[in-house]
Amino acid sequence: MSDYSTQELMIIAAAREIADGERIFVGMRLPITAYGVARLTHAPNAVGLFESGVARYAPAADMLYTMCDGPNQLGAAWTTGLIQIMGLLSGGRIHAGFIGGAEIDRFGNINTSYIGDTDAPTVKLPGSGGAPDIAAMAERLIVIINHQKHRLVERVGYITSPGYLDGGDARERAGLPGGGPAVVITDRAILRPHGPTNELHLAAVHPGHTVDEVVENTGWDLRSMPDVTDTPPPTEAELAALHQIDKEGFWRR
Amino acid sequence: MARGRLGGKTGARNNDIRLNPGGRAINDDKLCELGDAIAEFVPDGASIVLGAALENAIPYAATHELIRQGRRDLNMIAPISDISTDMLIGAGCVAEVTGAWVGNVSGGMGHNYRRAAEHGQPHPIRIHDYSNFTIGMAFFAGAYGLPYVPVKSILGSDIVRSNPRIKLAENPFSDTPDPVALVPALKPDIAFLVVQRADRHGNSHIWGSTGLTQEASIAAEKIIVLADEIVAPEVIASDPSRVLIPGFGVNAVCHVPAANHPSMLIGRWKRDNAFFHDYHKETRDPAGFERWCDEWVRDVADHAAYRAKLGGQLEELRITGDAPSAPANYATD
Repeated sequence: MSDYSTQELMIIAAAREIADGERIFVGMRLPITAYGVARLTHAPNAVGLFESGVARYAPAADMLYTMCDGPNQLGAAWTTGLIQIMGLLSGGRIHAGFIGGAEIDRFGNINTSYIGDTDAPTVKLPGSGGAPDIAAMAERLIVIINHQKHRLVERVGYITSPGYLDGGDARERAGLPGGGPAVVITDRAILRPHGPTNELHLAAVHPGHTVDEVVENTGWDLRSMPDVTDTPPPTEAELAALHQIDKEGFWRR
Repeated sequence: MARGRLGGKTGARNNDIRLNPGGRAINDDKLCELGDAIAEFVPDGASIVLGAALENAIPYAATHELIRQGRRDLNMIAPISDISTDMLIGAGCVAEVTGAWVGNVSGGMGHNYRRAAEHGQPHPIRIHDYSNFTIGMAFFAGAYGLPYVPVKSILGSDIVRSNPRIKLAENPFSDTPDPVALVPALKPDIAFLVVQRADRHGNSHIWGSTGLTQEASIAAEKIIVLADEIVAPEVIASDPSRVLIPGFGVNAVCHVPAANHPSMLIGRWKRDNAFFHDYHKETRDPAGFERWCDEWVRDVADHAAYRAKLGGQLEELRITGDAPSAPANYATD
């Protein structure tokens, strides 16, 4: 078995969340690589969508710094506008979308806007971009975040992108059409909503990490699913696909 | 207070202006210097879209000129304009930000945006939060004369609390509870666009992804085009399907090669990623931003001087390869 970095494991765990034939709102950085790995392994018929106005079949041939970079547009399935692409979300045609965030809470609500008061914030984060739209309207939401106690918090101070709100059926009552967070992939573990409250539970622990350590680094009293597993390490095929995309070894560091 | 027209009387006859922009006829030569266009069309307090394509085709040349001419109290409207908005905030030009994201796509946070929001430096700004799709639909409403649009995509988000312009309502056509968020029309005063090529009348070709460029421009009262290349009208007319904005909606055309630098322009210029990282490093404190702004904006006479200053760095970003589309045949018989 080859060596791999934590970020490479996260990419591969994210790739496994994409099923063949699905239309995926990709976003940038780690998810774009995850989409590429999925395409090259188990999901050759997946379609990648980018809110700037791009739809692609094959992942871009060169490293991307932004979704608008030339390599993401060359040979695209469609270059168009934001409303055309995000309209597919609004129309209920997107299976899953990726987002990240500064903070996520027990019910999967995400903050990328304000730490502290909105009128006098302690930290003004860059803001929402298209994340609330994806969180509201994709059938499944896949969240990528670093697992630190100050990031996985009991309750976010500002909900930029809604998860299950107050839990239970609050999300449906708010009128949100999409299904909500299906999985949270961190650098230590995988969390999933569980039970009637839809609270995030520990589902799998990455190799080299322990349940106690994951709980210790979570800002709420993290409970485990009945059958917590170990995150399966990357297969040779998954790593080969990842190395084919990440030619410069950006994620290996 | 910035003047951005919001919602309200969407049937107002601003069409009169657009059909004869700036008192000019459709066939008039609208080619002018960017500095002159900004002097004529952009007053203090204007609401401005500086690119709406997201990370590409951001008219930084106009950003610089607004700073050089010392515009104040602007309302910057955009889904994302990368570090363009951060520069204008740092230079003290901005009173309001209407948008979804302000930062540095390469570096993360925008230091000037943080200083303004957290500490009121160089002065306080008012932030109107939107998501990308909702600001898009607000432009759509502004462009096509709708007072507001109902959307689902910010339900459950605190954007509906922190932006009092957005109201919650029930879908009147549903028999069961069906909440919607009502987003009023946004009608900017001026939209600046970077296009690959345009003619002297403002007829413009754009290719590649366009984000909200079309909706934002049509919603705007005035449009200023920054063309990478000026071509004969016959070139644009040969492929009308590639026209994003026709000349009859355009007030001024400025020939500014690489106006998009450091962002990218499809088929013309690559993104200058190092420039974004350098900006992030050099603007960490106000004095650093002042030095950066003097060096790259205030002490540079115009965009030609900016290009000369970049020199070989800009030449390395020039796209020289060929990947042309197949021609489309418009023959009639």
